Amino acid sequence: MGRGALWAGGLVAALLIALNLGTLGAVALRADAPGRLGAADWAALRFTLWQAVVSAGLSVALAVPVARALARRSFPGRALLITALGAPFLLPTLVAVLGLLAVFGRGGIVNHGLAAIGLGPVSIYGPQGVILAHVFFNLPLATRLILQGWLAIPAERFRLAAALGFGPSEIARHLERPMLREVLPGAFLVIFLICLTSFAVALTLGGGPRATTVELAIYQAFRLDFDLGRAALLALIQFGLCAVAAALAWGVASPAGFGAGLDRPVERRDGGSLMLKAQDVALVALAAAFLLTPLAAVVARGLPQITELPAPVWQAAGRSLGVALASAGLTIACALALAVAVVRLAPRPRIAGALEGVGLMALAASPLVIGTGLFLILFPVLRPTAAALPATALVNAAMALPFALRALLPALREVEATQGRLADSLGLHGLARLRLLILPRLARPLGFAAGLAAALSMGDLGVIVLFADAQTATLPLQLYRLMGAYRMDDAAGAAFLLLAASLTLFWIFDRGGRLGARN
Amino acid sequence: MRTTQLATAFLLATAPLCAGASQTLTIYTYDSFVSDWGPGPVVREAFEAVCGCTVDFVAAGDGAELLARIQLEGTRSRADIVLGLDTNLTARAAATGLFAPHELEAPSLDLPVAWDDPLFLPYDWGWFAFVHDRARLPEPPESFDALIDSDVSILIQDPRSSTPGLGLVKWVEAAHGDRAADIWAGLAPRIVTVTRGWSEAYGLFLQGEADMVLSYTTSPAYHLIAEDDATKAAAPFDEGHYLQIEVAGMLANAPNPDLARDFLAFMLTEDFQSAIPTTNWMYPAVTPAEGLPEGFETLMRPETSLLFSPEEAAAIRDAAIERWRDGLAR
Repeated sequence: MGRGALWAGGLVAALLIALNLGTLGAVALRADAPGRLGAADWAALRFTLWQAVVSAGLSVALAVPVARALARRSFPGRALLITALGAPFLLPTLVAVLGLLAVFGRGGIVNHGLAAIGLGPVSIYGPQGVILAHVFFNLPLATRLILQGWLAIPAERFRLAAALGFGPSEIARHLERPMLREVLPGAFLVIFLICLTSFAVALTLGGGPRATTVELAIYQAFRLDFDLGRAALLALIQFGLCAVAAALAWGVASPAGFGAGLDRPVERRDGGSLMLKAQDVALVALAAAFLLTPLAAVVARGLPQITELPAPVWQAAGRSLGVALASAGLTIACALALAVAVVRLAPRPRIAGALEGVGLMALAASPLVIGTGLFLILFPVLRPTAAALPATALVNAAMALPFALRALLPALREVEATQGRLADSLGLHGLARLRLLILPRLARPLGFAAGLAAALSMGDLGVIVLFADAQTATLPLQLYRLMGAYRMDDAAGAAFLLLAASLTLFWIFDRGGRLGARN
Repeated sequence: MRTTQLATAFLLATAPLCAGASQTLTIYTYDSFVSDWGPGPVVREAFEAVCGCTVDFVAAGDGAELLARIQLEGTRSRADIVLGLDTNLTARAAATGLFAPHELEAPSLDLPVAWDDPLFLPYDWGWFAFVHDRARLPEPPESFDALIDSDVSILIQDPRSSTPGLGLVKWVEAAHGDRAADIWAGLAPRIVTVTRGWSEAYGLFLQGEADMVLSYTTSPAYHLIAEDDATKAAAPFDEGHYLQIEVAGMLANAPNPDLARDFLAFMLTEDFQSAIPTTNWMYPAVTPAEGLPEGFETLMRPETSLLFSPEEAAAIRDAAIERWRDGLAR
């Protein structure tokens, strides 16, 4: 892959810059006056930063032991459990929050349990609720990202460790810590960015105006004051924060440098002691209970309603499926092009880093500003309702791209490090290299990324709100409409349908990827 | 002259002209109006039957987002009608200069207040109220002060992102004026959480997260009529209740101004108005001949209605939201 790969990567990068910064520019240009920030905006900024740091730190810290337990144990249903654990991240916020409240709310399971043993109720509302919800959403993602790191340590290293008689602490020092040093900053950064742009969580569980995020301030500037200048300025500050966070994360990260392995399946022999076994079982069980009970509440509430769902809900589900598949295809194509270009440019780290940064940029963007900017750009040439579904698929793909890139890049670097020289010596270039070397080796992260993109798109409410009419409603929008029409039972049924559809899509792609993988 | 125009409008409405056959009337409205469970489908069918035209609904979030959308599109908008603003927004909407006078003589309206706005005509209205479950809370507080002194928990919406949320802020201002900041500080411990929109708060209330939720006096009608559930009720407050009046207006650059005016006239006729109570769950602006649906007579009707004029509402908004924020942050 010579010039072609670089061109494709550059094209994707240009598209992303247009989508993220072009839309911001369109909003800023349309503003009547340059934006100014008030005291409330600064308070929102402080709260946003604080909760994002705490949420991301906690998610990553809790994910390390869970990922290690999952990495060194194999048990029946492990693959299914890993898929199910991913569910909170894929859910639309509203559905997940309602599920979370069924467990941690005033009338939830936890408070019932506390009352039964004579303890007073604990309140989820407030900063603790925002952080709980963010950990609930992002612990699975952190676990997945870190687990990928564990699985990427070449099997030979573990065999060598076993031959040298390493115990768990030596393995931790020589194998796991270098790997974590490479993986954790990236995982922290991604989750920090997600929490930074979080909107609905803080607004439902925050308990009051003290828990105001920047994204809400942007929304307020747009909706309440129609102050596009302030909306653009806040979005720019959000970009700035993200850029600083990204720079810090890259400063901390260092490549693990395991060198080449023969790409054999990992056989772990370091989990022998009974204590360790019990500890791992407890960790996995706790994480599963924390993540799956709220989902069980959504299922219990929605499953009985599924046969009663009105026809428009099923039609919306069909449209959402189409958008999800389009978005997954787009994500994979863009992520692959970008990843190949980044790895190809490794000898020029600055350009490679910039390219990788562009791929992560959508995480820093305000969905509201993207939607509004896209609207301003498309409105003169297209009817908004005609653009509703394609625009949704496009924005969803950009939002999923950072995750896809994070999953693909380490694996691709590994492939190039282990088999790149052989491929070079065989003269394997261009599409042949892609087909024979990269695609088969990347089947696992590709499946994961496609599943993630499809599921995220299925559950995203995002820009569709700005463009939709009755004929183009997606499933999440239809769910909101049901709630807005008092039909909470139907909404519960639709929430279950959404959960089932998102998870099934994710499972099919992820499974397909693992079946396609050679190991 | 105005009455002649209205008569012409009715003539047009009852005898479709050939010219109208190929026209498309574009109506921008809020999301829940066009939903399959809202008034949109009924209204479209009824108007298409008399206008010989096609009705195209375009949804844009809620009321305030709707106005922002019209401002975004400016004079290039292809909208004929904007339906779904309320009196909190009409002053800002009028100031954009994008709306045209409706020039219609409205029939006698069944509103708690007089109406003479040259740009906007009302199509429905309701009172904000705290809704509770009679079984869980048999004796609800009957004023803001009683609510502050009680141990009742409430759910409210953020005034910066939600129409009812802003309605509550205006309610406190209209009822207590100078004491608004103290009222908010007193309410703070009663508030379980502040949600983005009505749907989240109402969903949490039905899930049992709080004793009362800010909604409308007409909310219990949904549970009674659609679910045969008589346990929900709105608590009467001594101060009186703040009103929401939902309005529509035509755009100065409407591609089909005559058709737009016909629609505004049609909006206040039986066919449109009779769809409102059980699809939008609000009071119709003109009560249909056969009266309101069975069940509406059980609803609490406040003795005092509170409402700021559009100009006052616009003038106090920022300071009122500031008092809300400071009071709750104390």
